[in-house]
This record gives sequence, C-alpha cells and structure tokens, in this order.
Amino acid sequence: MDRRTTIKWVLAVAAVTPGMHGVAYGHAGAGSVAANAASGQGYGTDPNLTKIYKAGELWPLTFTSQHRHMAKVLCDLIIPADTSSPSASEVGVVDFIDEWISAPYEQQGRDRAVVLEGFAWLNREAASRYGARKSFAALAHEQHTAICDDICFAAKAKPRFLEAARFFARYRDLTAGGFYTTPQGRKDVRYVGNIPLPRFDGPPPEVLKKVGLG
Amino acid sequence: MPFIEPSAADGQTYDVIVVGSGAGGGQTAYTLTMDGARVLMLEAGRKYDPALEAPMFQTPELAPLREASTPDKPFGFYDATIDGGWQVPGEPYVQTSNDAPGRFDWWRARMLGGRTNHWGRISLRNGPYDFRPRSRDGLGFDWPISYEELAPYYDKVEMLIGVYGANDGLENTPDSPPGCLLPPPKPLVSDLLIADRSRKLGIPVIAGHRAVLTQPLDWKNTPAKLHPGNTTAQQIVADAMKRRAACLWATPCGRGCSVGANYQSVTVHLPPALASGKLDILTDSMAYEITLDKAGRANGVKYVDKRSGQQRQATARVVVLAASACESARILLNSKPSSFPNGVGNSSGKVGKYLMDTVGSAVDGQVPLLEDLPPHNEDGADGLHMYTPWWLYEDAGKLGFARGYHIEFGGGRRMPGIGTGAGLEWLTGGSYGRKFKEDVRRYYGSFVHFSGRGEMIPNERSYCEIDPVAKDKWGVPVLRFHWQWSEHETRQAAHMQKTFGQIIEAMGGRVRGGVETDGAKAIHTGGSIIHEVGGAIMGRDPKDSVTNKWCQTWDVANLFVTDGAPFPSNADKNPTLTIMANAWRVADHILARMRRKEI
Repeated sequence: MDRRTTIKWVLAVAAVTPGMHGVAYGHAGAGSVAANAASGQGYGTDPNLTKIYKAGELWPLTFTSQHRHMAKVLCDLIIPADTSSPSASEVGVVDFIDEWISAPYEQQGRDRAVVLEGFAWLNREAASRYGARKSFAALAHEQHTAICDDICFAAKAKPRFLEAARFFARYRDLTAGGFYTTPQGRKDVRYVGNIPLPRFDGPPPEVLKKVGLG
Repeated sequence: MPFIEPSAADGQTYDVIVVGSGAGGGQTAYTLTMDGARVLMLEAGRKYDPALEAPMFQTPELAPLREASTPDKPFGFYDATIDGGWQVPGEPYVQTSNDAPGRFDWWRARMLGGRTNHWGRISLRNGPYDFRPRSRDGLGFDWPISYEELAPYYDKVEMLIGVYGANDGLENTPDSPPGCLLPPPKPLVSDLLIADRSRKLGIPVIAGHRAVLTQPLDWKNTPAKLHPGNTTAQQIVADAMKRRAACLWATPCGRGCSVGANYQSVTVHLPPALASGKLDILTDSMAYEITLDKAGRANGVKYVDKRSGQQRQATARVVVLAASACESARILLNSKPSSFPNGVGNSSGKVGKYLMDTVGSAVDGQVPLLEDLPPHNEDGADGLHMYTPWWLYEDAGKLGFARGYHIEFGGGRRMPGIGTGAGLEWLTGGSYGRKFKEDVRRYYGSFVHFSGRGEMIPNERSYCEIDPVAKDKWGVPVLRFHWQWSEHETRQAAHMQKTFGQIIEAMGGRVRGGVETDGAKAIHTGGSIIHEVGGAIMGRDPKDSVTNKWCQTWDVANLFVTDGAPFPSNADKNPTLTIMANAWRVADHILARMRRKEI
C-alpha cells in the first residue's frame, strides 16, 4: 500500500466514525480475552481500546449534587472561559474528576481522599471567614479568590494552609489534565497534530528564525 | 499453515519449536521458515492484530481516565500492551528487595509479538568495542563473536524491518552499508536547538535510528539481498514489504501501527513466515519445560494451554527459546530431568546469572526560547529524530565509571495529555484563572526531556533463580530476582544528570527540580528500562557460560536461545536490533546443521 492510498483509507474510515478525530477500527471481537477480567473492578489488562468510554460506565461515580456544584465552581476558578476557549466545567471536566476519584486504582484512591477532604476544608474555611451558613460554592468571586490566593502555591503557603494548598495543586492538575485533553483544550494550546500527513516537513522557517537558528 | 488449536499440533513432529513471538522468536521463525523449515511457535499470550485493534488516532477524552497510566495499563490506556505490565495477573514473581536500589521490576507482555508491540523502536547497532568489553577494561565478559561476524546480519535486519538513520562515522557507532537505512525524519526545532547547544559543549548529536518506515521499503531489490538464490522467499518478502505503508507522521508508535509503518513482530516477521506455509502458531500456550529423550537430546516442550488449563506437549527436532531473557531462564531452570537436576543448560550453574538492565536517568527542563512558538505539527515519527551517541571513549579512565551511555532527548508540541498544565507551580508561582490559561499556552511545547541509556556491567549479585515456594496459577514455579548496581552504574547516572543539566542551561533553560548529584538516587530501578539481557550467557568455555557462540546450550546440542538471554554484556545500545541480528545468525546456523543432519 503506498502512502497516498493509506491516507485516503485512513480518512475514509475516520469519516464514517461519528465523534472521532481519527480512526476507530473494530475490536478483535469474540476471539479475544474478555475485558475487565483481570483486576476486579478496573478495566482489566485487555480492555477494548477502540470503544468510546463515558464517565460512570466502568465504575460507580462519587459526587453528590453538592460535590458537583463545588467541583464546578473550583474547576472554573482554575480554568474560566476566556476569548480562546470555554471554561473547564463547560467541556466536561467535572465528570472527568468524578470518574477519576471514583476509579478503583491506588493513585485515584489517594486523590479521592485529597479531593473530598479538600472540598470539606473549603466549606469550613468559607464558613469561618464569611459566616457559619456559607458554603464555598455560594461565595462571591472576590471571596473565592481571597481563599484561593492563600492556597494556590504550596511552596509559599502559610503553615496552616499547607494541606489545603496541596489539595489545590492536585485539583488544579486534574482540572488541567481534564481540560487540555478535550478538543477545546487542544485548540486552546494550538495543538495541530494527530492527523495523517503525506510528508513531514519539520519546523517552518519562521519557527527557526524565532529561536535564532533560521 | 496458520494459527492452530493445540489438538492440531498433537502427533506432529516439527523441525523446530520456537518459544516466543517477539523480536527473537519472530526473527528466528522468519529465518527458519524462509528456508523451508517447519516451525511451531508457542506464544503465552493471545492473538493480536494491530490492523484490527490499534487505537491509532484516538484522543485521550475517549479513554477511561484520559488515557492515564494505571496498574492495568502502566504505559497508558492506549498502549499496545495486552495482558502485561509490571505485574501479570496470576503470574507473580518475587523481589528480594522492595527498595529501589536492590529491586528488579520485570515487564512482561503476554501477547502475540510480545514487547515488540509497545517498544520505542530505537534500533542501534552495537559497535566493535561492545563485543570485547573485558579486553578493553578488564570488566565483565567478552562476546565469543565479533562485530564483523554480526555485521552482515545487522545489514539484513535493517533492510527487512526498515530502520531510519544516517551514517556519521563516529567511534564505536557503526555505519551501515549503502541501501540499509531509510532517510531519517527532519529534526524538530527542539532537536535542532539541543544539537546546536550540545555541540558547543563538545557533545555530538546525530540522526536517530528507529524501526519506522520514512518511505516504503525497496521491495524490488531488497528481497534478493536478503535471500539470494531463494526465489520463493524473495517473492513472499516482496509481497510482505508491499503491504507495509510508510509513516503517516501521526499517533504514537507504542499504540501499534495498523498500516505496518513501524516494526512489530506481528506485522513484519510473522506475516511472511505464515505466508511460507511453514509456520504454525499456538497462542495462549505457555511453555514451561523442555523435554529430553533418552539420549539427552531435546525432543519437545511442555506447555499450558491457558484456555483449558491443560498441560500438553509438542515435539520437534530442535528447540529454540526466545521467551525473553528471564522467561527463557525460568524455562531452563524448571526443566529438571534426572540428568540435569539443576536445570537443563545449567551444568555451569550460570542460568539466571548475570542479569543486566540498562542504566537510566532523566532530567527535564523548560526552555524560554521554545515558548510561544508559532503552531506547527511536531508529531513526526513519534520519537528520536536525533540522539547523542556516547562520546567520551577517550576519557574512560578518568570518569570514575567504565562504560558509556547515549542520550535520548525530546521536546515539542505533542498531543496534550493528562500531564499537560500539571506541575507548573515552579514556573507560574501557582497561578489559576485566566493567568493560568495564559501560562499553559506559554509553556506548552517549551519543555525538553533528556534520558540517559547506559551500559551496566554484569555482576554476581544481579540474577534470577526459581523461588522455592511461589508458583503461578498453573502451578509452575516462578522467578525470584536479586539486584545490585555497582558504582560503575551509579556514577554513570550522576554523570548523566550533570551533563543534562549543562545542556539545558546552555539552551538558556531551567532544570525542573535540579540535577541529582547522588547517582544512587538518580538511577532508575533495575528492570525499569525493560532492556534486561543475560541469564543464559554465551561464551567460549562450558564452565562459565550457558551456550556457545551459536547460542546452542553446552548441555543439549539441539537446544538454542535467541532472545536477550545469551548477551554477555549489555552495551548502551538498545538491545532489540542486536537480538534480531543474532537470532538471524543463529537460525542460519541451525538450518546449516539441520541440512548436515547434525541436529
């Protein structure tokens, strides 16, 4: 098969696959070892790689409606909408974080504790700063940023904020990971790959010029 | 002949049983069948076809957990590895230490094609020095073969599988003859910047060598060079080469390549071997014991049919182990007829001994010059467009460690993943909100990564043996690993750190987390580079080696080993290309001896 034929074929397959940026080939099917066989509640060592997965279909989710509200507010404090892209919650990051902290793996289990305890801390902090009945989610934007400013940088956080700062760092990482792995996030950083090319040209002249190698 | 059921192998006597379907097993079966030998291949994992299964263009949001690493899929959801990883359910191994300095981690892939499916495809030839390390510095072992003996097979493997690269004429970094290599891909801007600054420090940077087709293979001329006088083989290979497409310059090779643009045993070695009509493959069939006849010759292999759990036996004139270095050692040690109570091939006591991995250490940096570059596609061939071969041969006596390393580096505006935007506090001071989005845009694509890959010298304290207690779920005794680095390795890791820091600084960049001056902390865990070799080393003397120069066990004349186990040293060059070249050499030898009726 020459390259031109290959690319035509790849694009043809992509075109008939709704919601996909590229190719989805059929799975090996009945002959293959059953998915989810090996490690209990995880997806196992032989999952179907060409299927589209949705949060909640592999393991039960965790967030209550209050959690979701908190998660949304926090996601959008970290990644708000701007002229380049929507906010994190608008592209499904709350669902992703719920999927993440609910996963039956060790790392995700640790993050579950960090996130849920962090949420509880934020509500306690909101109540202590702004009145006993306030939840963090219900605060005004200036009140949100007043708290976030104290916990956004663990290296410079006051000792009493250190644990909350570690939570915030983890939550920011998860929010970013969730956001930049969406089509809108890829567009935001101007990622232009993952498409078949007839040839690879390397960096264009303006790029080389900018780094002083032109 | 094709993929068969165990019952179809019963009652048949093959010329050769090959245990394993990866780089060593794939090459062995290919060479044997192209010359007409009837081969049965035993593979412990399931059948796999990347044309049907490779998730080539899938994006992370379609996967669970945005494709992140989990214990089920340690290299990420879309990694090609099936039923593998650092642990395989039901197939444990024992580590004598849980702490990094004494720990050995074992990566397995129980699938057709084995670890050739996920590997980095970095394909470097060992150089002439790498075959006689002991003669040069008194450490470790020389090989019983020279570079010159293996060179024709490197040529053939490069032409068959397709390797890009260039000839730079550097010391102990062999050139390939004309017609062997495909053109290298154009460097990324980060490659060019690293090359420019490295050269100012006296560090060479040259084209990388990887098993990826940057253009279609020369199916008109190459087959006659690979199989002179064998028109049947030539036709089969030409057809197989025609079916492989050149690189699409997108999607990670480690997911598998549905168009056959990279080397995987399943897309390169096995199709022509199957097309010859001489290869039968039994998947889900885990070999665990070599059987001998009354004369002490191997007559077959016992295996577990994993689907039924039954123990079965296959028979052949010759047995070749290519199950991976440690698994081959395990099979030898678990084969204990009364004539070899310590294991077949183990009269020297050296089976499992001199296990080696590659010395690894890494440094990341951020380079302001690479910030905010105009968007352009940097997917390329997925890795190693350029690299640095070891360059300090003349300083060997002054460095405090005996052997060298090469540098694999990378950067670029690659597909954002779960780590994009993560861990930026050291650059952003903890920004969030609109400022955070601006920061991510600014820093995306401005990171560079350096990994050292260095030579470990074999030692008496790094080995595997059969654990006296533990067994896998079929009752087969499992391996227990012992591990210890020497100062040759830890000092080398410290040197890597220092060097990478210097290069990043020369680029005007910042090192993340600083360089680690303590080599024992800088070095990656044993086994983690997945370059393990040794365990059945070849040599000139039956007293201190397991096989002769033909990778034929001293104990049993018709038993051979063609994976990494016979390596008496582990040069900094990634071992896969050498495994294939050596397997082709050994398979040619087996064919010649079978023709002479010697085996």
